[in-house]
Amino acid sequence: MHELTICHSLLREAERIAKQHERKAVTALTIAIGPLSGVEAPLLERAFSIARTNTAAEFATLEIENLPVVVWCEDCALASTVRANALLCVQCGNWKVTLKSGGELLLKSVVLADAANASTPVF
Amino acid sequence: MCDECGCAAGSGDTHVHDEQGIIARHRTNPQSVEVLTGILRQNDHEAAHNREHFDRHDILAINLMSSPGSGKTSLLEATIDALGDRYRIGVIEGDLETENDANRIRAKGVPAMQITTGQTCHLDARMVHDALHGLDLEAIDILFIENVGNLVCPAGFDLGQHANVTLLSVTEGDDKPAKYPVIFRISDLVLLSKADLLPVLDDFSPEQAEKHVRALANPADVLALSARRIETLVPWLEWLENMVVARNAKALLAVDALAPS
Repeated sequence: MHELTICHSLLREAERIAKQHERKAVTALTIAIGPLSGVEAPLLERAFSIARTNTAAEFATLEIENLPVVVWCEDCALASTVRANALLCVQCGNWKVTLKSGGELLLKSVVLADAANASTPVF
Repeated sequence: MCDECGCAAGSGDTHVHDEQGIIARHRTNPQSVEVLTGILRQNDHEAAHNREHFDRHDILAINLMSSPGSGKTSLLEATIDALGDRYRIGVIEGDLETENDANRIRAKGVPAMQITTGQTCHLDARMVHDALHGLDLEAIDILFIENVGNLVCPAGFDLGQHANVTLLSVTEGDDKPAKYPVIFRISDLVLLSKADLLPVLDDFSPEQAEKHVRALANPADVLALSARRIETLVPWLEWLENMVVARNAKALLAVDALAPS
């Protein structure tokens, strides 16, 4: 259960960005994760609701984008969407493929405000 | 239009004033900021710092991972017996509790630092960095970092190692790489440990285990060995010595690049 550790890192990053922009609160975070990051979205959501207490993101929402696993086969010049434990070209079965997507563990964006209860705008 | 000065910012936006009371700028409240940064940025930064330490002291650092009881410490004991007179070895031990593993290593005359993580299921770069302060890095050629026995969490955290070595004992099942793809995908070497038991196990196929590793697009060698059969360690010891040579060559290249022509 390393999702709590991941959340602490995520919140530290968000607070660093808020400070950079001279804002007091983080009201929303959007992250992107791939299955090969080893992070489970439901566990991360639960951990986030605990970890955000007493941080600048205490009332923040967390949006998680789940990315697919995509491999690139040089021989076939083909991108395949595959399962996390079958990184093979769907056309030729080759395992000598390059992972194009699926290992991500990224903070994409944050919404900053001066008060924790500021409403989230629609962009 | 804003309420204060009639600028184009929306009503309710925040105005920031400088010391003279002049409006310095408007800012939208709330404000969305694109980031696109790794969530583990801090750990990655600390891991890079550890790697600099290792390279400065000409140390090859190996992150040893497996599920609990796969024989990491036994492999280290056998490796120390085989290479201890040619390389100065150091060990960092990660466990939830006890100094037992570090004591086993110290009994071999090798310096060992024990990290007890409490309820934390993995080592991170900061813990390794703190442990490095307890070791004389000038007196180490190969540093083994024995991670917490766990096939899930350690995979996510770079420690600054030069290579990941993952043990899969033959009593566990040859489909472990398919069940735990994250850790086996990032392994630079997979060791099938306790292989002396293969004759009495009819349900573990080393070929199947290797096939599952390949299905992770991983070209890593898959070697069967047993810490109790010294002769089976030869390919592992050769791999290790090749890594020492490769790291030194890379370090020399880096020095050459810095040297004035």
